[in-house]
Formats: sequence, C-alpha cells, structure tokens
Amino acid sequence: MKKAKKVFSAVLASAMALSLLAGCGAGAAKGGSDTFKIGAIGPLTGAAAAYGNAVVNGAQIAVDEINAAGGINGYQIEYKSEDDELNAEKSVNAYNTLKDWGMQILVGSTTSACSIAVSENTKNDNMFQLTPSGSAEDCVKYDNVFRVCFSDPNQGIASAQYISDHNLATKVGIIYDNSDVYSSGIYQKFAQESEGKNYEIVSAEAYTQDNNTDFSVQLQKAKDAGADLVFLPIYYSDAALILTQANTMGYAPTFFGVDGMDGILTVENFDTSLAEGLMLLTPFAADATDDLTVNFVKQYNDKFGETPNQFAADAYDAVYIIKAAIEKAGVTPDKSTSEICDAVKAAMLEIEAKGLTSQKMTWEASGEPNKEPKAVVIKGGTYVSAE
Amino acid sequence: MSFLTYLINGLSLGSIYAIIALGYTMVYGIAKMLNFAHGDFIMVGCYIIFSVSAALSGNSVVGIIVAIVLCTVLGVTTEFVAYRPLRGAASPLAVLITAIGVSYLLENIALLIYGADIKSFTSVVNWEGLSFAGGELKIQGVTIVTIAISVVILIALQLFINKTKQGQAMLAASEDKGAAALMGINVNRTIALTFAIGSALAAVAGALLCSAYPSLSPYTGAMPGIKAFVAAVLGGIGSIPGAMIGGLVLGIVEILSKTYISSQLSDAIVFGILVIVLLVKPTGILGKQIQEKV
Amino acid sequence: MKNKITKQNLITYGIVLAFYIIVEILMLTGVLSSHMKGLLVPMTYYAIIAVALNLCVGILGELSIGHCGFMCIGAFTSAFFSRATENSIPTVPRFIIAFIIGIAFAALFGFLIGIPVLRLKGDYLAIVTLAFGEIIKNVINSFYIGIDSKGVHFSMKDSMALGMEADGDIIVNGAMGITGTPHNANFTIGIVVLLISLFVVQNLVNSRDGRAIMAIRDNYIAAEATGINITGYKMMAFTISAAIAGAAGVLFSHNITTLTASSQYFGYNASIMILVYVVLGGIGNIRGSVIAACILYLLPELLRGLNTYRMLIYSIVLIVMMIVNWSPKVIEWRKRTFGRLNLKRAKEVA
Repeated sequence: MKKAKKVFSAVLASAMALSLLAGCGAGAAKGGSDTFKIGAIGPLTGAAAAYGNAVVNGAQIAVDEINAAGGINGYQIEYKSEDDELNAEKSVNAYNTLKDWGMQILVGSTTSACSIAVSENTKNDNMFQLTPSGSAEDCVKYDNVFRVCFSDPNQGIASAQYISDHNLATKVGIIYDNSDVYSSGIYQKFAQESEGKNYEIVSAEAYTQDNNTDFSVQLQKAKDAGADLVFLPIYYSDAALILTQANTMGYAPTFFGVDGMDGILTVENFDTSLAEGLMLLTPFAADATDDLTVNFVKQYNDKFGETPNQFAADAYDAVYIIKAAIEKAGVTPDKSTSEICDAVKAAMLEIEAKGLTSQKMTWEASGEPNKEPKAVVIKGGTYVSAE
Repeated sequence: MSFLTYLINGLSLGSIYAIIALGYTMVYGIAKMLNFAHGDFIMVGCYIIFSVSAALSGNSVVGIIVAIVLCTVLGVTTEFVAYRPLRGAASPLAVLITAIGVSYLLENIALLIYGADIKSFTSVVNWEGLSFAGGELKIQGVTIVTIAISVVILIALQLFINKTKQGQAMLAASEDKGAAALMGINVNRTIALTFAIGSALAAVAGALLCSAYPSLSPYTGAMPGIKAFVAAVLGGIGSIPGAMIGGLVLGIVEILSKTYISSQLSDAIVFGILVIVLLVKPTGILGKQIQEKV
Repeated sequence: MKNKITKQNLITYGIVLAFYIIVEILMLTGVLSSHMKGLLVPMTYYAIIAVALNLCVGILGELSIGHCGFMCIGAFTSAFFSRATENSIPTVPRFIIAFIIGIAFAALFGFLIGIPVLRLKGDYLAIVTLAFGEIIKNVINSFYIGIDSKGVHFSMKDSMALGMEADGDIIVNGAMGITGTPHNANFTIGIVVLLISLFVVQNLVNSRDGRAIMAIRDNYIAAEATGINITGYKMMAFTISAAIAGAAGVLFSHNITTLTASSQYFGYNASIMILVYVVLGGIGNIRGSVIAACILYLLPELLRGLNTYRMLIYSIVLIVMMIVNWSPKVIEWRKRTFGRLNLKRAKEVA
C-alpha cells in the first residue's frame, strides 16, 4: 500500500511536470502573419451555455461570410473561441489561451462580470476588445473596450422613458434577480429614473438564482399593490415561469421586458399564448423581415439548427463592426496587437455601422454605442413592432 | 385575505417539500446514509415524464408510470453499484462523498442529453382548482392534489412500516443491522427496498414539483432536494410524520418570510431556522434521542 | 519517528519550492505561455483552500461542504478594505493589512459558525456547513456599502437606499459585488502563503493538539474518556481551517478584479469541487491535496476541448475512487491479490 501510494504520487508529480511542459509548447506566435486573428469568449458549457454558444456561433457566421467575400481588405480572418463557464477566472484563462494562439482582437466576453475581468488584461496588453453583450456599466471603463449592446443603465433609462412616454401604466411592479449583475443593474437605474414620471413603482421584489422556481409571492404582491404593468428586467428562462404562474393565479397585467427577454418564444414546450401582449425593448427580433435578418436567421438555422437570439445578433454585428473599423483604420495584420488596437480604437469613433441590432450605430470614446432601442410586442406568437 | 393566499402558497410549496422529505427520511432512517442524489432522482423523474409525454403527445399518466418504474430501477441500481460496496466502510464520509458524486453524475448526464436550456413542463394536473369569496381566494388544483397525495403517502408509509412484515424488517434494520441479520432479515434486500420506495416517491415528487413550478433544467432537483433535507432534519430525521411536519413548516416559513421580511433573503432565513432548530433540539421536532454506543 | 515526520514535512516544502523555482526559471527564459502564467496564482489558492479543507475533513474528520463560504468572507472583507483605502495606503502595507483582515474575518466567522456546527456530527454537520455557505452568499448579495464625504453608508435593500452624495463611491454593490480591486496577488505571494499554510497545518498535525484532534476523529468516546476537551479542539481545528480558507479568498479577490458572491465561485458546487481535490489527493494527506489541487486545476485548462465531459469524468472518478479506497470488500480483495503478488515477488527474490 505504502509503495502504491509512492508510485501514485510519483505519477502525479510527473503528470504535473509534463502538463507544465505541454503548456510551454504553445509559443507566442505574433506578427508577420497575413490573417487577422479574432477570438471570442463565452460560457459554452454549464447553465449559461445558451448565451455563450449564441455569441460564438453568431460570430462564426459573420467570419465565414467575410472570408467568403474576400476578407477584410483582402486579408482572411482566423477565428477561435474559448469557454469560460460563466466564471471570471476561467474567462481570464480563456483570454490567455487565445493570446497564446496569437489573437489580435477579442470579441468578448459574453457576460458582464467575465468581460470586466478580461478588460483588466486587455488594457494591460493594449488589445482591442469589443464585447457583444457585456452590458454592465464597468465593462467599457477602459478606452480599449467598446460594446455592441446597450448598457444596463441605458436599458433602465430607456424602459422608464418608454413606459412613461406611451402612458403604459399608472402603477408598476418590478420583479428582478438580485443575484444577477445584469438584472439588478437595470433595476437600479430604472427605479432611479422613475422618480417624477407619470407612474409610480408600487412593488419591487427580488429573487435569487437559488430560489427561482416559486414566484407566487412576488406576483401576489404586485397584484395586491394593484400594479397594471410588471417590469421584468430578467432573462427569458425565469420570465417564462413567471408568465405561467401569473396565468395560473389569474393575474394579467402588461408584462414589460428588456433584451434578456428575447428568446422566450423558443423555450421548449412553452405555451406561447401566455406571452401574448408581452412588450420588450430589444435591438433584435428574429422575426424581422429585412433581408439582413432573414438571411442571418436562415444561415443560423441551417448551421446550428436553432433560431438565433439577441446574443448571436450582437456577436454577428461585432465582427462586421470590427471589419468596418479595420478598413477605416487601414491596418494590416502584420502590425502588432497594440498598434492594431490604437488604430482601431480611433477608427471606432468615426465609423457608422449598420447591422442586425440597429440601422445606425456610432460610438463615443467612452465605448458606449449610440443606437435606438426598438420596442416590440408579442402578437400571435411573433414579434411585432410596438410603434 | 391575501394572508390566506400566502398561507396556501406556503402549504403548496410545503407539501412538495414534504413528499421529497419523506423519501429522504425513509432512506436516512433505514440505511443511515444521506442520499445527496435524491434531489437529482426527482430531476430524472421530471425529464422522463417530459420526454414520454412529448413522445405520446401529451399523455402524462403513462409518463408518470414510466418515471416511477425507471426511478425505482435507478434508485436500486445506484444503491447496488455505488452505496452497497461502501456499507461498513471505515469512515462514514465515504458513502456521503459517493452520494455527492452520484448527484453530479446525474446532473451532468442530463446536461449532456437535454442541454442547459430550460424546458417548460406541462402540468400533470389539469384541474383548475377551487375559488372562494368570489374569486378573491383561489386554491389551485395542483395544490390540492399535492396536499392530498402527500397525506395519502404519509398514511400508506405508516401502515406499511407498522403493519407489514417488510416494514417491520425495515424498522429492525434501522435499529441494529447486525441483530436484524441474525434474526433472519436480509438487510441488503431491505435497504434495496427502501431505496426503491424512496426513489418511486422522488418520481411522484418530481411530477408534482414540476407541475406547480413548470420549468425543468438539469439543476431542477438540486435546491428542492437540499431544502427537503432541511425539512427532514427539521422534523426529526428518520421520523415519517416528522418529515411531513418539517416540510409544511419549511414551505410556510419560506413563503411568509419572502412576503413579510425580504424576498431576497428568504433562503438565508430558511437555512437560519435549520441552524436554530438543530441548536435547540438537535434531533428535530419529532426526532428521538439516539444513545451513543461505544 | 520524530525524524521521519520532519523528513516528510521537508519533502512537502521541497516539492513546493522546487515547483516554484522551476516555474520561475521557465518564466525568466520566456518559454512559459501566458495561459500558463495566468494559471499559476489560481493554482496556489486552490491548493491553499484544499489544504484548509483537508484539515477539516481529513484531520478533524468532519465533512464541511460550505468551505467556500469562508473563502468568500476572506475575499470580500479584504477586497472591501483594499478598494476603500486604494488611494490612501501604499500597496505593500495595504496588501499585508488586507491579508490580516481577510484571515481575521474568516477565522471569526469560522469560530462563530463553529459554535453551533460542531455540536453536530457527520451528516448533520455537512448539511449545516452547506446551509452556512448558502447564507453567507445570500446575505453578501444583498449588501450595499458606499463611502462618500459623509462617511460609510450601508443598506440591505438597494443602492438608492444608500443616499450617497455625488462624490460617493459605491464599493459593494449587491449582486454586482466589488469591481476594481487592485491586482496585487502574484505567484510568489501565492507560494509564500501556501508554504505558510502548509507550515501551520503540518505543525498542528504533529503537535500534541493535533494528536488530540485526530484522537477525536478516530474515536470520539475514547477521546472524551481520556479527558480531551472535545469542543475546544474541534473549534481550534475548524477556526484554523476557516482562517486558511480566508487567506485563499484574499488571493482570489486580489487576482481577479471582479468579485461577485455567485454560486460558481462560492456556492456548494465550488465547495464540492474543493472536496474532490481533497478526496483525490487522499483524505488526511496534506501533500496529496496540494498536488491534486494543482493537477486537477491544470488538467481541464490544458484539455479545454474536453470541457463538456469534465464534470462527468470528475463525478465518475469520485465515485470509483471512493469505492476503491474505502469499500471493505475491495480493500480485502486488494490485500488478497496484491498480497499474493508481494509473496511471489518475495519468492523470486529468494
């Protein structure tokens, strides 16, 4: 037994030494290449895998299209994605892996906390980072980081504005996820912005990811307070449950969501008639009829067998935005990562992009996009423009 | 009136915890092991009902029967493969850690088969329920069914344990495995039977859990499983009426603390109560004092 | 006997030091990829918390599945301190004080939680540590703390309830946690903390106190009959274990600049992850924990493609390891087969 243990520890120790060496094998390949190397990071496994896979797949479609059409300024794109399991630590590891591969521009990370953690590293390395969906305020605090989606505060403000402008409600109830960065970020800004508007917030109830099955209390409170609109700054998976429970308890206010609500119609076995009348502010609707969206949805369906959501659209746009900025800046892949970053950063302020998520997007030096939120309402099982 | 609504919601949640806790407490009382994977048996049951119902275009009765059968098989197999070899191990931690491993295994298999996306579960109870005071007070059908089923199970288990030979054998095995074996009781078979009953209960609990809270993911069973264990401990682990009481108390406390204290801290409160109960009465509400043997 | 123990301890330190020196040389020569470099600090803090948990599970013999809760406390208290004093105290003393604060708070909570928890045994204790881990996470997610010219504001509702002045800085922002903690941890510091933790634990194990603790583990009633103060020794081991977990938390929060009290870092899943390290390294084997933590952290990173199956593989390995190492029948069978092998070998030699 003693001997077996010794042998075992020797095996372990040598495995460790080997793995170290294996790690060394991947030398830093930099410069001198004739392709742009773009990397993407997101949760590809685990509970949030749906978001990460959407980003990675969406970007993949854009890269394939660009490469088929001759690349950026004649240079092909090499594309690689890494998993972060929704874990900031793993996200930084994923970033380092991509850096060893020779990444020059990062599309990521998919989620806010991971994106913030990675931005610390991209800033140190001066690498251009464009997060498709990292919506927390701090995601773009460094000048090398830009984003495609709306920020959480922006969504909060836009929602409050929209509800007030369209006289949607007099009494508003809120249900938000207190354990989630995205949800509590929007909630806080929404609550602040609601001061002095033509409606009042009558209930604001939280839940956590460990307690996301029973919403009877939150709904009952909103109902008792007489809320005629319930604001749901949360992801669609929890919202589907809230709608079902509200239905069984016979409570039918207007439900109002934000971009995380996109995807609710794709929940397997979900009775979509419950979502009838649900309003949401979202930059992307898979049912839109413009050529760009139709083409994207078709390609995505063919390749990955599902309908793309907002994350996929953001990532698709992100790759095209990078293309536009590189073309504007006129950089070539043989430049160093830092030089590319500086050039692209400057070009970002000048370009005007058109994509799936907006007809017109421009950027400020803060990294925030300027674009119009679209309000859609679900009618007959599809999105219809709310205007 | 709204207090009554909250109370009924609490009862509904509590009776689901109670059914899960009954399974926990059976296994713990007889096999003396904490089956950490019990919550995941529930999840497996839900997925089986979901898949079978989808394949038979909405026939949930067949789904429930298939789920009960398969969960029973799963429970007995798990016991045979993973837990039985560790009976009599030098450290009681061994079997607990194995149970954690089984829990992980089931979650990850479900993740590979069904993916992480949630599925919307169609309720197996198609009854609208009752409504009083002109619709002010509504009791959902699934709530009534859940409470009724939990009472039926409670009585059935009590009768089974106290009146049948197999039940007496279980009691004997829980008292002293060695002595029970000397009396001609096949301890291994008795424990396997316990697992079979516990797992069948898990399938029933799964059907009711997902009917009341219709969303299904690989982690559906984890938190209710833990809470139900808390309920079982609260009521006095090993005691069948205790599990029922513990479950109801826990459900009501959870809903009322969400309502009147804080919706975000309700989990902290629920777990806090567990700690307090264990401090004041470590054997739980209906638990009996166990003498330590040298 | 004495010498043998010292030798074993020295080997452990030696392995860690040798590893450190090799890595440093590789770093200097520039062959180490940035991916590997990024893994070094996490590796040290996972090794540290594995050592802490092994003290609790292996030496004290009580299963804790909420140990990441202590890591969470260490991480949040120290990150709060560092963020609050970022501009007023220079880096070196600040980081040292952050360590002291993180460890002290984790130890304090270990002590407070230990009082009720250690009256329980076995499965009860496991479930209560789990409950505490969840409570800590749940409560921290509802904390809002900000500092402005008027002093410190605190709320458990939301950030608006803080009533901050315009110049205010919200440091702990509920679910958003703490962002912008200075990036102070590095590999050298991690190794030093690991060595100190090893020193503390190994000396404890080989001391009179350590033997008392193991006596409690091996036979509770006999230990009590010998006059060993059971509660006292249990508390001691548990508090030390919590303090070391707190140190791991300090490294954690000063390595990644975003800190959120979410399940994937501090929930029971994370605690179970650490438990896997301890079990695979050998329960009670401190050196094993360090090596297992390093390898199990490295392997999935190096085999990133296998990620989908990683947890599946872990769970199967966990079950198989437990049965192989602990099942009475398997142990007997192993003795018979390998015993015969040994006999044969002995004959051949003869």
